[in-house]
Amino acid sequence: MEKMARVTTALGSNTISGCTMFCHLDAPANAISVCRDAAQVVVAGRNIFKIYALEEEQFVEKLNLRVGRKPSLNFSCADVMWHQMDENLLATAATNGAVVTWNLGKPSRNKQDQLFTEHKRTVNKVCFHPTEVHMLLSGSQDGYMKCFDLRKKESVSTFSGQSESVRDVQFSIRDYFTFAASFENGNVQLWDIRRPDRYERMFTAHNGPVFCCDWHPEDRGWLATGGRDKMVKVWDITTNRAKEIHCVQTIASVARVKWRPERKYHLATCSMMVDHNIYVWDVRRPFIPFATFEEHKDVTTGIVWRHLHDPGFLLSGSKDSTLYQHKFKDASRPVDKANPEGLCFGLFGDLAFAAKESLISGGGDSNRKPYGSGGDRRYPIFFFKKPDLTEQFAHESSALSVFETDLESSRMDWFVKTARRYLLSGKPFGELCDHNAKVAKELNRPQVSTTWTMLRVMYSDPGNLATATSISKGGSIPLMNSFNMKEIAAGGLGSESRLDRGKGEIWQDTIHLDPGNSLINNNDENEETEGSEGPADYLFGDAELEDDNLYPMEHENPTAEEAEYSLPQEAFPLRHEIVDNPSVPEHLQDKVDSPHVSGNEAEAVCLTPIKSFSLISISQPLYESHLPASFFSPVVREMLQHYAEAGDVQMAVSVLIVLGDRIRKEEHWYTSYIDLLQRFELWNVSNEVIKLSTSSAINCLNQTSTTLHINCSNCKRPMSNKGWICDRCHQCASICAVCHHVVKGLFVWCQGCSHGGHLEHIMNWLKSSSHCPAGCGHLCEYT
Amino acid sequence: MSTKAITQDIGVRIPRPLEHGPSRFIPEKEILQVSKVNAKTQAIFEDAFAALGRLDNISLVMGFHPKYLESFLRTQHYLLQMDGPLSLHCRHYIGIMAAARHQCSYLVNLHVNDFLQVGGDSKWLNGLEDAPEKLQHLEELNKILAHRPWLVTKAHIEQLLKAEEHSWSLAELIHAVVLLTHYHSLASFTFGCGISPEIHCDGGHTFRPPSVSNYCTCDIANGNDTLDEIQGNHALTDALCEVEALMEKMKQLQECRDEEASQEEMATRFETEKTESMRVAAAEEEDSVPARDVSRHFEDTSYGYKDFSRRGEHVPTFRAQDYSWEDHGYSLVNRLYPDVGQLLDEKFQIAYNLTYNTMAMHRDVDTSMLRRAIWNYIHCMFGIKYDDYDYGEINQLLDRSFKAYIKTVVCSPEKTTKRMYDSFWRQFKHSEKVHVNLLLMEARMQAELLYALRAITHYMT
Repeated sequence: MEKMARVTTALGSNTISGCTMFCHLDAPANAISVCRDAAQVVVAGRNIFKIYALEEEQFVEKLNLRVGRKPSLNFSCADVMWHQMDENLLATAATNGAVVTWNLGKPSRNKQDQLFTEHKRTVNKVCFHPTEVHMLLSGSQDGYMKCFDLRKKESVSTFSGQSESVRDVQFSIRDYFTFAASFENGNVQLWDIRRPDRYERMFTAHNGPVFCCDWHPEDRGWLATGGRDKMVKVWDITTNRAKEIHCVQTIASVARVKWRPERKYHLATCSMMVDHNIYVWDVRRPFIPFATFEEHKDVTTGIVWRHLHDPGFLLSGSKDSTLYQHKFKDASRPVDKANPEGLCFGLFGDLAFAAKESLISGGGDSNRKPYGSGGDRRYPIFFFKKPDLTEQFAHESSALSVFETDLESSRMDWFVKTARRYLLSGKPFGELCDHNAKVAKELNRPQVSTTWTMLRVMYSDPGNLATATSISKGGSIPLMNSFNMKEIAAGGLGSESRLDRGKGEIWQDTIHLDPGNSLINNNDENEETEGSEGPADYLFGDAELEDDNLYPMEHENPTAEEAEYSLPQEAFPLRHEIVDNPSVPEHLQDKVDSPHVSGNEAEAVCLTPIKSFSLISISQPLYESHLPASFFSPVVREMLQHYAEAGDVQMAVSVLIVLGDRIRKEEHWYTSYIDLLQRFELWNVSNEVIKLSTSSAINCLNQTSTTLHINCSNCKRPMSNKGWICDRCHQCASICAVCHHVVKGLFVWCQGCSHGGHLEHIMNWLKSSSHCPAGCGHLCEYT
Repeated sequence: MSTKAITQDIGVRIPRPLEHGPSRFIPEKEILQVSKVNAKTQAIFEDAFAALGRLDNISLVMGFHPKYLESFLRTQHYLLQMDGPLSLHCRHYIGIMAAARHQCSYLVNLHVNDFLQVGGDSKWLNGLEDAPEKLQHLEELNKILAHRPWLVTKAHIEQLLKAEEHSWSLAELIHAVVLLTHYHSLASFTFGCGISPEIHCDGGHTFRPPSVSNYCTCDIANGNDTLDEIQGNHALTDALCEVEALMEKMKQLQECRDEEASQEEMATRFETEKTESMRVAAAEEEDSVPARDVSRHFEDTSYGYKDFSRRGEHVPTFRAQDYSWEDHGYSLVNRLYPDVGQLLDEKFQIAYNLTYNTMAMHRDVDTSMLRRAIWNYIHCMFGIKYDDYDYGEINQLLDRSFKAYIKTVVCSPEKTTKRMYDSFWRQFKHSEKVHVNLLLMEARMQAELLYALRAITHYMT
């Protein structure tokens, strides 16, 4: 729970009290400022300039400073500031470049006191000295800052920001002579008021304009800045170089930033565009606002803490023509609504998951083990951040579970081997299919192997199929069935890719069969990264966690696979309706429910060929012989679709290539297969695939990145156009170190000393010497 | 063997460019000179050629100002080729729509080619009716932005975003708006500098032998060069005085700044300038609407720039301090179409701050005042007011013929003629006139963008 505002001693006799309240203004506000005693607030805008008294439950209009029949542009305020020493003194920055002071003590209706029209452009900011009564500072679009002595008619000194527009100026609260200025080009300058000739220091704070800055009320070295780049940064300027010590990323450009009184790490921000809320951040927790005020309906233009020593009340003015007093107690706390959960994959497939402790521990406290103690890291572990008493954050403890992947099981050997050994062209169709079927079989992938055989059967010219005629007759129904069978096996195959698949998808894990005790663990895991549904989504079976592998990769192991081969025999008579069901998870679910699964023994008896033959007898009478190849196309396409969706693009693409014109192409399968091949550094195979694809978009991949950028050997700068003459030093860059002629053509060079030359010359040279021909003394190596 | 012989032998017709050089207003020699002298320009040209496989006339003319050109090409490349919410052919089609608003056949032809090249459906080119409904909806915004951007309201945005299955997403809309404004203003530049058609496009070449043809396809410009040349010499002495007078005025303004004008005075000056900008005759005759087939891309030809005061329309003044590019526009664009805000911001800044401190034959002149006057004059024509600017300056610095040129180029660019181009700032170099055109183009783009973005912001809040 929150510890709320301690009543501060500095407040003296009249403690601030009040509630969240608002009043309508007649026009949008540009800036607001409070009187020293926190009893009145001034609101200024293009068409408004009024003073309101802050009463217990409402704002009361005290004074309208916009007087005269035809209000001049001097009333059109970009900024306003109430003097913190003299409660009769106000200053405004006008959009036409005037700086105006107002004396509330004047008897007349027009309270305008002094008018300075020295700035050529809009004045963005005015600032009174915190302790000096007569000193006023202004910053303008024209790039100048001017310091005025209110007893004189003109500015006393002018500070030049080198033609960059000034967005904010702020006197340091602790250092009498220092002020900070922020600029449109992203710089922040620190000046000494006595030295108008040159800034004391300058640093680049933001990318793009710095809209605001604010000195920390207590710590003299801290300056907060906010910029168009949506960041709030806190700088420590006591060190030699300004050091960024905190950074808060907001969702919109930051228009104002104000430190919260009496809370060292808190600051309030509002944004210039799009986002209407006011946020109070704890800079040590930059990811989620500490508190939010969501009352305004248009962008907030001015924020100010009501009293210098009271953190409980914030005032704000907005473009929606309202003035608000926010009571801190009424703020909404985003932390309370947030679900502290996180999920991440490691480089080698490890999965870490952190969630609220209360959710994850459940009843299985016995599962807890300290992190890192010995081998098994699959259990949820718990650790705590040491509570910091100064923080007002609700403490969350979360449990982190790390699930390790067995490296062996996730190996992609089969992929590499398959890619290497498949034949995609260069032989008659039938032979290619046979060859690939053989490869698949040798790699223990009978489903794939069967598919190849089937394809051969379906698409080969029936005349050539002396032996397999009978098979071709019955092609249709067995194929349908084989889909179901494949799906089961593909659960194992596809899982790698599903692991990579995007978040928000629900996958249900496949079974893990252990032939020894035939125990089936059903492990459901819902991944819902949005977290919006609340904690109930995360269900971890307690007991199962013990000996279950969350990783479907495990299915690669031979025992599990053997158990799966046996499925077809029992499965096919029942399974015809599922063909229409495209989604993988459903099949998997079916399979889990299926009673057949558990009973299977690891027998290799029912390998696919047998299955095919057994089917022939059923289907033979139903079909005429010699079905046209196009008859199978929809079925084959569906099969390819299935493979691709299960993640085995290799199969899909290989089949596509081998089938050639027999079927329509899917371009994106190609791209993903090529991508995979390149990741496994199978350059030759990937090149072959690119070459064999009929799509022009794929084919042209071979022609990309054929450029090699080189630097000139003389001046070491990039060569722009021609390969042998450098534009900059006008010398021939690629000179053969042996014959001293320009090399136009094959140029070979040593990567160590970058000398080189004609291929032949270098080869000859290296026969006799191992040193560089250029005489640089390098022992050249050419590979 | 001569070319002619080859032609006859093989029967290949060799096209011949119709125009001499990339611009009708600027001598070819002078443009080509630039890239020879300036290594940076040369390098940019090479990059542009490598990226697009062509070097269009616009880039050649902009080559006078390599710093700007670089930023311009980078932005344009990003808008057309890089990641973005709209598909490639849509982008080109929107470009065509925008350019067609100003009957800018140069840009239309260029993008028709590109459109087909990226796989656009040639049927769309028959006219907007054949394009998807979604794009048809955009035409209304296109029309208003091109001619009367101050009329854009929240309602227009809402119409686009809430059209059920044909609705636009916010990101797409921002992309489209940036493209529209980019091409509207580019059309201004094209006409303002008299860019000649590309040789591979319609109207850029002819197969007639040179001797016979005296035929000119300058379908838009009705310039008559010969006459001007005669007048040119005559006016030389006059022109010299002009520059001197302008310099003198700038000096005066700089010195006696503090001659205080009253507040009301200042306010009325803007109004006067705004109303007066309407009275500056934009073009002599209105009947020069060319009968090109680009008109098929837009329906309502009669809808053009209307002078708002003259027609009795009252338009509330747009206060630049309330919605500025730097503070508001940038954030909105960058939020919905990342990086583009940055690119545009750089481009605006380069255009606004570009100076070589020269004026005609004078060196080391601070031209910021003149540039600001031009920029603010354009914004003033669109009703955008800067509180901190004395609009009296405009009157002092920009003479009548120059104002007429600005107004024509910005508001109805298709009516620009060579005579107008020649008659303002007679003593100034061509590169300086191109510089003026860059200012016009960027100021116009920003003005249109501000109106469009403000409407989008209103929609969002």
